[in-house]
This record gives sequence, C-alpha cells and structure tokens, in this order.
Amino acid sequence: MNPVNYLYLAALLFTIGATGVLIRRNAIVVFMCVELMLNACNLALVAFSRMHGNLDGQIIAFFTMVVAAAEVVVGLAIIVSLFRSRHSASVDDASLMKL
Amino acid sequence: MENLIALLIAAPLLGAAVLLCGGRRLDAVGHWIGTVLAAASFVVGVVLFADMLGKDPENRAMHQFLFSWIPVGGFQADVAFQLDQLSMTFVLLITGVGSLIHVYSIGYMEHDERRRRFFGYLNLFLAAMLLLVLADNYLLLYVGWEGVGLASYLLIGFWQHKPSAATAAKKAFLVNRVGDVGLSIAIMLMFTTFGTFAFGPVLEATGEATEGKLTAIGLMLLLAACGKSAQVPLQSWLGDAMEGPTPVSALIHAATMVTAGVYLIVRSADIFNAAPDAQLVTTVVGAVTLLFGAIVGCAKDDIKKALAGSTMSQIGYMVLAAGLGPIGYVFAIMHLVTHGFFKAGLFLGAGSVMHGMNDEVDMRKYGGLRTYMPITFITFGLGYLAIIGFPGLSGFFSKDKIIEAAFAKGGTEGWILGGVALLGAAITAFYMTRVMLMTFFGEERWRNQPTASPAEPDVEPAAEHHGAAASDHVAAATGEPHPHESPRVMTIPMIVLAVGSVFAGGFFSIGDRFIHWLEPVTGHAHGHPPIGAAAVTASTVAVMVLGVGLAWLQYGRRPVPVVAPRGSLLTRAARRDLYQDDFNHVVLVRGGEHLTRSLVYVDHTLVDGVVNGTAAGMGGLSGRLRRIQNGYARSYAVSMFGGAAILIAATLLMRAV
Amino acid sequence: MTHQLAAYTTSTGEAFQFWVLGTVAVIGALCTVFMKKAVHSALCLAGTMIVLAVFYLANGAYFLGVVQIVVYTGAIMMLFLFVVMLVGVTAADSLKETIKGQRWLALLCGLGFGILLVAGIGNAALTEFNGLGQANSGGNVEGLAALIFTDYVFAFELTGALLITAAVGAMVLTHRERTERAKTQRELAEQRVREGKHLPPLPAPGVYARHNAVDIAGLLPDGTPSELTVSKTLRDRGQVRDVSAEALSDLKALEQRAEDRLERTNSGKSGEASK
Repeated sequence: MNPVNYLYLAALLFTIGATGVLIRRNAIVVFMCVELMLNACNLALVAFSRMHGNLDGQIIAFFTMVVAAAEVVVGLAIIVSLFRSRHSASVDDASLMKL
Repeated sequence: MENLIALLIAAPLLGAAVLLCGGRRLDAVGHWIGTVLAAASFVVGVVLFADMLGKDPENRAMHQFLFSWIPVGGFQADVAFQLDQLSMTFVLLITGVGSLIHVYSIGYMEHDERRRRFFGYLNLFLAAMLLLVLADNYLLLYVGWEGVGLASYLLIGFWQHKPSAATAAKKAFLVNRVGDVGLSIAIMLMFTTFGTFAFGPVLEATGEATEGKLTAIGLMLLLAACGKSAQVPLQSWLGDAMEGPTPVSALIHAATMVTAGVYLIVRSADIFNAAPDAQLVTTVVGAVTLLFGAIVGCAKDDIKKALAGSTMSQIGYMVLAAGLGPIGYVFAIMHLVTHGFFKAGLFLGAGSVMHGMNDEVDMRKYGGLRTYMPITFITFGLGYLAIIGFPGLSGFFSKDKIIEAAFAKGGTEGWILGGVALLGAAITAFYMTRVMLMTFFGEERWRNQPTASPAEPDVEPAAEHHGAAASDHVAAATGEPHPHESPRVMTIPMIVLAVGSVFAGGFFSIGDRFIHWLEPVTGHAHGHPPIGAAAVTASTVAVMVLGVGLAWLQYGRRPVPVVAPRGSLLTRAARRDLYQDDFNHVVLVRGGEHLTRSLVYVDHTLVDGVVNGTAAGMGGLSGRLRRIQNGYARSYAVSMFGGAAILIAATLLMRAV
Repeated sequence: MTHQLAAYTTSTGEAFQFWVLGTVAVIGALCTVFMKKAVHSALCLAGTMIVLAVFYLANGAYFLGVVQIVVYTGAIMMLFLFVVMLVGVTAADSLKETIKGQRWLALLCGLGFGILLVAGIGNAALTEFNGLGQANSGGNVEGLAALIFTDYVFAFELTGALLITAAVGAMVLTHRERTERAKTQRELAEQRVREGKHLPPLPAPGVYARHNAVDIAGLLPDGTPSELTVSKTLRDRGQVRDVSAEALSDLKALEQRAEDRLERTNSGKSGEASK
C-alpha cells in the first residue's frame, strides 16, 4: 500500500467535517465537526512527517492539538454562555449579523 | 534717470493708498494730496521727457528692472518698465490731462461727502494706467489693464446709491471682462508660441511664427482692444458709463483709458504687420464703430451721451488708422493725443454746463447759454472747432491725416475706408454742431422749466447725490435754473485744454515733428492717396462745412422743441443706441438663457438620469444582494468554503498551466 | 517495526489495518455529521479519533498517538459530553434544514472541495517516502523533545501562554457574578402579582396520571391540557401526552367506580340534592 492513501483519507475526513459544519445547526455538533477537520489535518501532518523522514510534521501536529485544546475550552465556554442567554444551542438563532 | 520711471507710478499709487486707507481725518486735505501727487507724477514725466529729448532718437528707450515677479522655469514674469517715445507720449497725456482733471474735480466734487475717496480712485486709476503704458511685458500690461478696469468700475459706480450708476458700473465691468479674456488668451498664445511675453523678444520674433498664429494673437488683441476701447461689438458699455461723475467721463472715458486699446494695437505693431487678416478686421471694426458712434451721437439729447457717441466714433478713427499699418500708426497716436485734449475739454465744458444748470443733462432744456457762461462757451467752442476738423485746429491735422491714410490703403478697400472716414467727418460736424447749437444758441428753453434735478426734501442726501451743483442751488432746484459760470478752479483746466486743442495739432504737424518722434518705435511709411493729399484735405473741409450747414438748417434756423419729436426710424434707432442693448439682450442674454436652460435640461435628464439610474440600479442590485446577507453564520461559512474551493481550483489550474 | 516504516511501501499488515480502520474512521465521521442526537455524534467522533490514534502509531508518531487518546479522546471528548449534558436537548438537534438551499450548496461545495483536494494530492509528486527510521532512532519522544526545546521553543512558550489565556477566558465567559441581591420569595410573589400572569402557583404535572406522570400535562378547569405543567425538554422532544380527549370519560368512569365502591348511589344523589 502506498502511504499516500493516508493523505486521501485525511482529505476525505476534512471534507466530511467541513460539510458537517455547514449542515448541522447544533453548535456542539458543529464544534465536533471542527475538531474532526483539525484531526484530519493532524493525520496529514503525521503522514508528511513520515514522508520527509523528520519530526517537524509531528511537532506541528502537536501544536495543533494544544491549540485545539485551548479552542475547545473557549468555544465550549462560548456555547454555554450563549445557551444561557438564548436558551438555545442553535447557531441559526444567533443571527444578529443580519441588519 | 531710469530709476525715475518707477516713481511715475509710485506717486499716484501712494496717493491712492494714503487716501483710501487714511480714513476721515484726511477728508479736509485729501483732494490736495491727490492733486499734488498727480502733478508730481507729471513733473517726473516732464523731467524724463526732457532727458529723452537730449538723446539720440534711436536710443531713447529706457528700461528699469524692478524685481522678478514669477520666476518658474521657463516662465519668467518680471516687474520691469520700458519707457520709449510711445510710452512717453502716453505718460505726458495721462499725467498732464490727469492733473488738470484733478484740479477741475476739486471744484466739481466740492460738495460731495466722499470727495477724498473719489480722489483716491482717480489716483488709483492714474497708477494703473501708467503701469499699463510703462510695462515692458504683456503680463504686467495685463495687470495695469485690469487695474484701469477696476478703477473705471469704481468711478462709474461712484454714486452707487443710484441704481442706474451701479448697473452701468456692472455693465462696463462685465463687457470689459469679455475683452480681457481676449487679452489673456493672446498672452497665453504668445507664451506657447514664443516662450515669453516681454515686448522686445516677442516683437522681434514675429518672423519665426506662422501667419495663422500671428493672426490668432492679433485677433485676440483686437478683441481686448474692442472691450477696453468700446469698439463694435463690445461698445455697449460706454454710453451707460456716463453715469459716473463728469471728470471721470473726461479722464477715463474720453482721454485715456478708452484709448488703451489703440495703445495695445500700436504697441503690438509688429504682430499686426505680419498678420494682414487681423489688420483688415481691425480696419473694419474701426470703420464700423466710427459710423456707429457718429450716428448714435446725432440722436442723443443727453449731452454726455452725445459726447460718448462722439468718443466712440473718434476712437473708431484711431483703430482704423492703427489697422492701416505703418502708414497709420503715427496718426492714430497723434489723433489720440489731440482727441485727449479736445474731448477732455468738451467733457469738462459739459460738466461746467451741468454745474450751472442743476445737473440737467437734456440739451433740449438748454439753449442760449453763451452769455451766461462765457468761458465755458469759448473753451467748449474751441474744442468743438477742433473736433470737427476746422482748418488750423488740432483735430484738422490729425483727422485729415487719417483720412488720407485710409485712402492710401489702396484698392477698393482704400476707397471704401476713405469714404467711410469722410462720411464720419461729415456726421461728426453735424452732431457736434447740433450739440453746440442746442446748448449755447437759440432761445432759452430752460425758462419756466423745473429742471430734472430731483429736489429731495432733506438736504443731506441731495448734497451727497449731486456733488457739485445740487446743494449750491437747493432753492433754485425747485424752480427754473440760474445758469452761471463755474469757479476758477474749474475754468482754468478748461482753458488749458482749449489751448491744447487749438495748438497741439499744428505743433505736432509742423515739420512732421510727431512722425519723427514716434518713428523709431512704430515705424512709418508715407502713404500716397490715389487722389492726392490736397484733394483729400479739400474734400474733408467740404464735408465738414456740409455737416455744419445741415445741422444749422435743422437746429439753428428752426427752434428746437423741448420735447423730442418722434423722429424718423433711424433717429429712433439711434436714440436706442442702434438697438445694441436689444441686440445683446436678444442674442446674448436670451441665447444664454436658452443655452443654460437646455444645459439644465440635459443635466436633469441625461446627467442626472445616468447618475440617478446608476444609483437606482445599485440600490436595486444591493436590495437583491442584501437577501444573501441573511445573518446566518452557516450561510457565510458556505461562502467561505466555496471561496476556498475556488482558490484551490485556481492554484491547481495555475500549476497545470 | 521501525525498519519496516522506512520502506517505500508498507507491509501487508499495515495495508490491511488501513483499509479496515480507515473504513471505520470514515463511517465514524459520517455518523458524527448525520447522527440526530449530539451524544451519538460525540461517541462516533470519539471512535474516529481512536482510529486516528492508531494511524498515528502506525506512522511512527508514538507520542502523538498516545496524546491523541489521552488528551483528545479522554479529555476533550469528555468535555463535549459534559456540555451536551449541560445544554440538554434543544430544537437544534433537528436535522430539518431551515435555510433555503443551504444543504445543497453545502453538499456541492463539499463535493467540489473534496474532488479538488484529491486531485491536488494525485497531481503532487509524492513518490518519495523516507520513513522515520532515522528520525526516530533516538526515540520518538526524545526526538520531539529535542525539537520542541530547540527550534520550536518560542512557539512552545507561546502555546503555554495561549493555554493560560484560554483557561482564564473560559472562566470569564462562564462565570456569572451576582451583581444584585437574590430576590426573596415574597418579592417574587409580589412581582408575579404586578405582572398579572400566573397568579397561582404553576399547576403540578401528573394529575390524572396513568403511566408516567411527568409526561402528561395537567388539565385546566375547562379540560384543555396546560403546556406549563410539563418540563421544557419533554415539550421540545414532543413527548407530551395529551389526555384531554379521554379525560372526561375517564373521569365519569372513575366517579362511577367510586360510587359503586361506596354503594351510595342513591343516598349520594339525594345528599347532593339536599345540598
């Protein structure tokens, strides 16, 4: 098997995650889809690391994880406060961007 | 000696500054300051003249460089003066006549509250006019040109409380602007053609330019001259300019400023010499104006307006002569000088008559005044003889030479121009005799005639109104006038000018003095009329006698009706200035209105249509595009995602290519 | 195993593992997107992540594989589950699309994007696989540590700052400081009177209950059910049972039975009449 297949898998997961972000209304599920996209990227980075024979890719993936952890903390906090004020976790309910 | 040139201008300029900025504390001495500074300028002029006479005729021109005004790359505008024989002639005329009129104004404006301001304006005019004739480049000349326009505006509208005066001032200013545009275009053309606008380099380089360009410059200069010198088609302002005080009419609108156009043409002689078409147009303009002014002068009952028509006609002679080229330049200037004397004298005489007649200007309410104001009668009479070209007086010499030169032009043109000039001489004799007869001879039509002078109940405004005469004769104003001679401060300038009108022409002509004096500047060619000089002179005298005789038949033998008869079609046309204002109104004002209205229409429909249409289209488009902005974060995310996809596609495409 | 990773192609074992686990990962991802309930989505995502952890290990990223399981699957996904529990069930769980055309656009974009990505990877000249044998020779964790504390030390420090900021931010966002005194029961009652709504206490659920009292709405005096008597979650789920139709007949039957039991049919009626 050619290790390039890992990259195809990563692309597929990324696309599924992105589509999920667009389709789902529940902010928590949207957020999970974002995590899925991040993980797909990590997979690609790890595959690249193997391809190039050095550890830089893994380092980047490691940083991605750290940032994702921070993001999850803040994002979930936002969802909780949003739910508190609007009694809804739907992203469509927060449609104040419309004039 | 050269450094004195700036002093010529500085003296009246200082006077203007002091008088206009000095305030009321100078009211008591203001007129003396103005007069003394004008006279000082004249003295400086005389000194320079004496110096000039001592030099070789070819090297008489003097230059003075004051400072560099606008030095920008190739554009060099200097404040520098040039005093040659032509400028010298003007300097002496301007300062001499100007000083005399200052003296006259002391008496004439005695009771005007704003006399100090009047003298300030007069000094301002002198400074601007001297700047005009002393400048050594066209740009500085333009400064003077605008300066005299400003002074003219201020002085015509001096009695600004009269709506007619204010309107006349505005009219003069606006019509002059048309001519000024011509001058500015001419200067721009000169700069693009020659790279400079100083007299010396431009006039020397005329050989290098194409005739077309020179013709364009010449025609633009002619337009400027038409505006300033009240030539057809920009003549309409001069008649109304008589709303100003009479000394102003004498100085600015008879002797000096209106001749600036002639100066401009003669100064630019080399350009006109190289552009025969422009010269032809100049002669045509001169000939048409000559007849136009003369005809208008025949019909006017207002003594000042009759004289204004005469001025227009006489300047027409000068422009005609200037258009004839080297055979006419000298005579144009000579007629300008003699005209300066006798026309200023005539206007001052008219002012004196008005002074004695409670500011009445209608000649039909004069009559038989010769015994009441003898000095005015004699001086006015001498001016009259001079202007109709009575043999031996100055007008005879100068006008006769112009008629000769017109015939000497040669060919059909020569005959036509000469004929027109002769006809003009006859009409001149007619209308001037008419003025003379109606004013000083005949029955005393002013008896039992309350004059037109308004007798306001309160004395103060009346004094302000009519400066000289009104408050003197408040009592008389209510009834018939009491004609009387003017004070000596007014008669002396008239006498001096009368002496000039009598002897100037002869003095200039004996031994061709004036020709030799100006020849180094303007050049001179002796013209040979096809019928011989003597025959021309004889016919000139003959038509003059004819004109006088006709006038005597109509106004001397028969009594003059106090109320003007309806008159013939031509008379009625001439009374309305040959419909010039109606023409302007119909063609220019109405035309302008129609033009602006159609432009407004185009603006409303086309321009506004495009603008509003674009705005409405944008609004509609935005209204539709706004639907995309539904406020849902997921919609925006789709756009971003689609954009990212397009970016990847573009990247791949670029790599594939 | 390290030597095998250095090879250009992978072993059959890894290939088998890839195809099996890759299918599981994709199914997990799809379930994450399309599961109706957030809890199911979270569980599917956790499964996908565990598969990804295995792939990390297969690719020689041992440290990351462990971190993936411990941090992601262990911590982050549990955080998600907590929040799901906190938020509860909302109308957002519905898969019904409300924005016109959004689903089609999303699918179209996703499809196009995926095809483009795959095409890009296919076009790229990815023929050379060096393997991590050399890099991991001193141990994967030691190698990563050497890089993190040399080349990436600044980034590492920055992530520390980022994590602290995130922690503080989360606290600020979720923490509600009470800025006013809590209202007493009396004040609340007065407020209710002032507002004029629901003067009496809210009706209790479970009146006339037959099965599960909580999901049956209480009846108002006119026999209609009151929404207020059931919990919001049940209402959102549509699990409220309406008894208004059967209520009256049931009532009659109940009363009849009670009368029978007490055997006072006649006396009861006369008693009522006497009242």
